Amino acid sequence: MGKEILRLDALVTEIASPAGAARVVDGVSLSVAAGRTLGLVGESGSGKSLTCLSVLGLLPPGGRVASGRILFRGEDLAGLPQKALARYRGAGIGTVLQDPMTSLNPLLTVGEQIGEVFRHHHAIRSRAERRRRTVAVMEQVRIPAASERLGAYPHQFSGGMRQRIAIAIALAGEPDLIIADEPTTALDVTIRLQILQLLRDIQRARGTAILLVTHDLHAVARFCDEVAVMYAGRLVEQGPVASVFARPAHPYARGLVAAVPRIAAIPDRLPAIPGQPPRPGEAGEGCAFAPRCGQAIAACTAAVPAVRALGAGRSVACLAPQLLAEAAE
Amino acid sequence: MPSYVLRRLGAGAITLFVMTAIIFALVRLVGDPAHLMLPPEATEADRALFREQLGLSGPLPLQYLDYLLALARGDLGQSFRFAAPALEVVLQRLGPSLILTGAAMAFAVVAEVPLGILSAVRPGGIADQAARLFCALGQAAPPFFFSLLFIRLFAVEWRLVPTSGYGTPAHLVLPTLALGWYSAAGLMRLTRANLTQVLASEYIKMARAKGLPEHVVLVKHALRNVALPLVTFAASQFGILLGGAVSVEAVFAVPGFGSLIVEAISQLDYPVVQAAVVVSVVLFILINLGVDLIYAALDPRIRYGR
Repeated sequence: MGKEILRLDALVTEIASPAGAARVVDGVSLSVAAGRTLGLVGESGSGKSLTCLSVLGLLPPGGRVASGRILFRGEDLAGLPQKALARYRGAGIGTVLQDPMTSLNPLLTVGEQIGEVFRHHHAIRSRAERRRRTVAVMEQVRIPAASERLGAYPHQFSGGMRQRIAIAIALAGEPDLIIADEPTTALDVTIRLQILQLLRDIQRARGTAILLVTHDLHAVARFCDEVAVMYAGRLVEQGPVASVFARPAHPYARGLVAAVPRIAAIPDRLPAIPGQPPRPGEAGEGCAFAPRCGQAIAACTAAVPAVRALGAGRSVACLAPQLLAEAAE
Repeated sequence: MPSYVLRRLGAGAITLFVMTAIIFALVRLVGDPAHLMLPPEATEADRALFREQLGLSGPLPLQYLDYLLALARGDLGQSFRFAAPALEVVLQRLGPSLILTGAAMAFAVVAEVPLGILSAVRPGGIADQAARLFCALGQAAPPFFFSLLFIRLFAVEWRLVPTSGYGTPAHLVLPTLALGWYSAAGLMRLTRANLTQVLASEYIKMARAKGLPEHVVLVKHALRNVALPLVTFAASQFGILLGGAVSVEAVFAVPGFGSLIVEAISQLDYPVVQAAVVVSVVLFILINLGVDLIYAALDPRIRYGR
């Protein structure tokens, strides 16, 4: 395994609301190594994106990292002032957001939007040099006729090409870590694989660590090395993708994996997890999944289950003993 | 682009044509100048002769045709009241109004856009609170009320500027403030609302995720996106201000366009009313065309020409 690039240590993020601070990320610990991809999965509102924004220091107004550590290349980013964080953003840490239709500025040329990373992070004053590097990075993400398209605006590109431009912006900073927050959700199905393949090629060439936030379990199965499953702000299970998908331990993870339709045998009625997740920050005592869980026992609602190791790099936060035994086989 | 401008001007000509028809008919519904301008003891024959002289005899469609033919030659007729061409009378009075409106617009933009930016960047901060109070006051009363208040305060009590009249920059101060405050308040709110929205957008998140300094995020990435609605609003305000100037012009005795129209209608000076409408329609067409061209310059997604 490569060098550890990002490590979250019991990260707690809160968002102030009139009813008091809501814990939207609650004790998340994970780690991404150089050249590896961690898939962060969970339903909307489970705190995946807020975990990423905590790392970037870009939480919405009222949000703050309440406790825990965010170790990037060994340095703790938690609690750093914005000015200090800005040195990492766009340089050491590249970001790809969900929708390239909205994440690129409509009024600036793509050349300008990529080139400004070179100006701010690499202090390249020469226009010609910025141009040369911008074209190079556009070619890396396989934008055809890159040098002719520097002066084009985002609306003149297709959705897939725009996401390539967003990836080029992330690449321009020569990052050790790329945080990709649902980078394919807004794209056509046919384009999704291309974008994920591009990210993987970049990773192979540069040894970049990737934190991939996604709903798409197929993408996780195909492109991630490890997977971390979030539910209501907490990590409920994590481990190597193959092993977690083959034998998920946490009832929620089981439900997710079971809900993925397989072409070979599409049932009349797709399996679903009954019930609704709690609203962010309203999980209450005990395991947040307990109200929806078929295996819940009395102890589940008394206290949050501790994370326990299952061996082979896996861990789970669940009390149901027979599940653990099965998964550990 | 040139073909686009030509097409827009063509469409403008149609607008102008329709407007002339409407105003030509409307102004003749208000009253008969022969009754108003001749003494009560004038006979019906006198009045008929008078109408003949003013070109008001004959069927209305024919009168309108004559008017259009003259208009095509650039002749807007002679004022009934003043011994001068109607167009000349109108243009003479348009100058002060344009200067006053322009000054009020400039005041609104210069004073309020920065205030709107400050309050969007720090919502709930001191600048935001102050700006909102300022806005609430500016929109709480019509411009003529502030005109009277300002005269009382700045001209009568403190004697800083003249009470009324027109001609020097000092004369312009109070009417500009009174007229501009209302628009300023709207402009500030619009700046604040739009900038707040833009600052919450994904591309601003992206700009920050690139590690750009906050001032670059604001100036380069946010403000240009706010400019579009501001240009639209400013242009529409220009028309409202030009019309709203009437009350302010009246209070400050500014010999302006608005007061001319009011006078001309009450005196049934048809040619002047018609000329005033023609001039303001042309003005509006040009302003709107200008706005569209500014749009295209600001926003690459808007490209005209086809």
